Amino acid sequence: MSDPATVRKAKGTVFVKPEVCKGCSYCIEFCPTDCLEFSREFNAKGYHYPVLGTPDDCTGCGLCGLYCPDFAIFGARFKDIEVARVTAAARQASLDNPTS
Amino acid sequence: MSEAIQDDQDLSGMPMMDNPVMPYLRQERIPHIWCPGCGIGTTVNCFTRAIEEAASDLDKLAIVSGIGCTGRVAGYLNLDSFHTTHGRAIPFATGLKLSNPELSVVVYSGDGDLFAIGGNHFMHAARRNMDLLVVCVNNFTYGMTGGQVAPTTPIGATQTTMPYGNFENPASLPFLADAAGATFVARWTVYHVRQLTRCFKEALGKKGFRFIEILAPCPTLFLRRNRLGDGVDMVRTYKEKSVLRNGADTKEVGLGLTGEIVVGTFVDRERPTWLESMNDHFGKVFGDRYSRYGG
Ligand SMILES: Cc1ncc(C[n+]2csc(CCOP(=O)(O)OP(=O)(O)O)c2C)c(N)n1
Ligand code: SF4
Ligand code: SF4
Ligand code: SF4
Repeated sequence: MSDPATVRKAKGTVFVKPEVCKGCSYCIEFCPTDCLEFSREFNAKGYHYPVLGTPDDCTGCGLCGLYCPDFAIFGARFKDIEVARVTAAARQASLDNPTS
Repeated sequence: MSEAIQDDQDLSGMPMMDNPVMPYLRQERIPHIWCPGCGIGTTVNCFTRAIEEAASDLDKLAIVSGIGCTGRVAGYLNLDSFHTTHGRAIPFATGLKLSNPELSVVVYSGDGDLFAIGGNHFMHAARRNMDLLVVCVNNFTYGMTGGQVAPTTPIGATQTTMPYGNFENPASLPFLADAAGATFVARWTVYHVRQLTRCFKEALGKKGFRFIEILAPCPTLFLRRNRLGDGVDMVRTYKEKSVLRNGADTKEVGLGLTGEIVVGTFVDRERPTWLESMNDHFGKVFGDRYSRYGG
């Protein structure tokens, strides 16, 4: 194992819809691990939107999504993302192959 | 990680998930009209998380709003929603509840709507212990109509109708709710997203007239006019100035333009609801000839 003090592994990530962000910075300000920052790009409305500056620090706690007044960002844990993926795949499979 | 990858949100093969608030919104109405940094949207996240966690039966949950920026919440939520006239959300909700007692009815509106034009309805619904959850997003002003003075505007705050600063004594909403007989009274701010979510969930599980006040920034009218910064500056102020005092005497939770903000659950008590009182009363008066209405 590498030195745990230098290697940190992200436990989650964020999903951003840059086009609906209004740049209020709630998500950046109140992220408990301070891992978000503003993009250098502007969206179509002229706002900078959040991006993961230090992705390894994201825990997927979901607080950014609770704060975002514009529903433009949310965070999730990798394990929950995996559950969602498996559930969606199973649903798709049962639609493709109706057995009964 | 490279800038390009971050900006494109290329999550390398990860499935795109939907924002947990989305199933509860009328998608065709999103994006909403609220200003950048307006706190109302944050309260909507907390409310929808609470109904999800409480596993509320969405067919038995109705939401009623009056008019105002906050009043638009009913229109955005994909529940049985009613956008009523200004100030009349509570009487409308009362009718809804009494005609269909199975429903869980939530009123979601602004401080102007609920306490200026609608103040009398608030007082009487609390006094009668009407079984409603009333949620007030308090931004200390009339947002929708351009920043007029509201019954909640703190002394000293400048508003379009108080250009030299407000000199009227503001109403303390938890004190009013408590005095009128509400069974549950709490206050949070949009900084307290987790606590607010829990509070919604708790209040949804209770009976009687329940009141939650949520302090939220109106950057466009209240903050700008009072040089209080942006929405995020105000939320930071909420974080710094809030003190948790569950069970606080509601006489002592009034708000000023600056100064501490007492948050928490102030009142949690039981009283028979209006329907229970009516049933008990008519049961005594008419005996077996009376069949209870609505449980
Ligand atoms: C009978 C009537 N009077 C006045 C108005 C104008 N009006 C619309 S919203 C509003 C006040 C909104 O303030 P508040 O309830 O605090 O909501 P906010 O917009 O701040 O969320 C007023 C006076 C109206 N629509 N109808
Ligand atoms: S999910 Fe949590 S840790 Fe990750 S960016 Fe959002 S607030 Fe920060
Ligand atoms: S909280 Fe939402 S609207 Fe505000 S900056 Fe973050 S993503 Fe954009
Ligand atoms: S005017 Fe104020 S309350 Fe209305 S949407 Fe804008 S910031 Fe929010």
